[in-house]
Amino acid sequence: MNVAIIDYGAGNVPSVERALQKLGATTERVNTTEKLKAAKAIVLPGVGHYAALIRALDERGLREPLVEALLRGKPFLGICLGLQALYQSSEEAPELAGLGIFPGRVCALPSNVKLPHMGWNRLKVQRRSALLEGLSNEDYFYFAHSFAAQAADGETAAACDYGAEFAAVLCVDKLCAVQFHPEKSGSAGAKLLGNFLRMVA
Amino acid sequence: MTLARRIIPCLDVDGARVVKGVNFVGLRDAGDPAELAARYDEEGADELVVLDIAASRDQRPTFLETIRRVAEQLAIPLTAGGGIRTLEDARAVVQAGADKVTINTSAVERPELISELSREFGAQAVVLAIDSKREGAHWDVRVRGGRDSAKLDTLEWAKRGVEAGAGELLLTSMDKDGTQSGFDVPLTAAISSEVSVPVIASGGAKLPEHFAEIFGAGKADAALAASIFHDSIQSIRELKKFLQNQNIQVRLSC
Repeated sequence: MNVAIIDYGAGNVPSVERALQKLGATTERVNTTEKLKAAKAIVLPGVGHYAALIRALDERGLREPLVEALLRGKPFLGICLGLQALYQSSEEAPELAGLGIFPGRVCALPSNVKLPHMGWNRLKVQRRSALLEGLSNEDYFYFAHSFAAQAADGETAAACDYGAEFAAVLCVDKLCAVQFHPEKSGSAGAKLLGNFLRMVA
Repeated sequence: MTLARRIIPCLDVDGARVVKGVNFVGLRDAGDPAELAARYDEEGADELVVLDIAASRDQRPTFLETIRRVAEQLAIPLTAGGGIRTLEDARAVVQAGADKVTINTSAVERPELISELSREFGAQAVVLAIDSKREGAHWDVRVRGGRDSAKLDTLEWAKRGVEAGAGELLLTSMDKDGTQSGFDVPLTAAISSEVSVPVIASGGAKLPEHFAEIFGAGKADAALAASIFHDSIQSIRELKKFLQNQNIQVRLSC
């Protein structure tokens, strides 16, 4: 199965690629409209600054085909910034428009806790989802971020609590996104990626 | 707040091999970095740090190859450092597979480096390493492998580093390093309670009690050690079980 990993120079592309390949997936790094359209499934990795991701998508003309693919229900997994990009905007770069798939703004985590939220944390699963099959509130995932989206009834499959409750896992049909890094989250992360690949198959 | 305390093994690498020694003296071979990395990932390490102790220009390609080999083995985050002086040095390390870069002497010599890396890779990818030694009433920052004084106060330098964009501090006590008598609790607690980013304590670990102490009174967010893991004096899994029994939250993988 062919999974397209959007490659805009993000640091975690190689590790996402490796993690998916270990699970038997065939991956391809893509950064053109044509390849994005041809993909069976799309992964949007991201680490670092929100502006870098949004600008890279716009510079490469990937915003439109990506939004179209998401609205058509093509299997999608956003990782970290790849989750944050789905909202209307982010406090990290207020002047830039997000992809606007979900309403609301990504905000800074409260400053009464140490930031970045860096390390292994557990989920508060809110409802059953194919992405979290076989995973529970006992599993740890690796987070590294200072901004987050508010948990909402519609799209949030699991929240996480760090200073405040925020959206950790989104899952609407085959549109998935996680705030943590499954490619760095040991066996729990591999299980989640495997679940995603099964949704694609 | 349910963030687990992290246990981080450190591989000091000289070219393609892991080495160890007390205070950089009497280095001896401690194994293949990729093999050790795979073992620690399997045993439940939360992250891994790889440091190029020689940090010479000539050896750079070898070290980058080591990072690539180590990264291939890991499903946990990897921090790499040693000899990173420029944005380009850091980029090479990130492209080789490191999730975070750590800088030490080069940041003291040119503090703007912290901001440059933070802007490029995000604060979460910039680990400011500080070697610290007690000097009377304060803790002095040491550079060049601990040999020279940077003429900076550790707390002030830590705060400046965070302001400049460091997302994490790797705090090594030169007084405790190599002694196996426990982490430096007063130093770590003093820094950790004053900065807004996570602090990794390093230097002096041997017993599970040392880890419990640094996570408790020491207020560390993570603890780093090298030789006790390489020599199998301490298994990571057993250490985590001990900590869990002490009601310290850790990630125990099944």
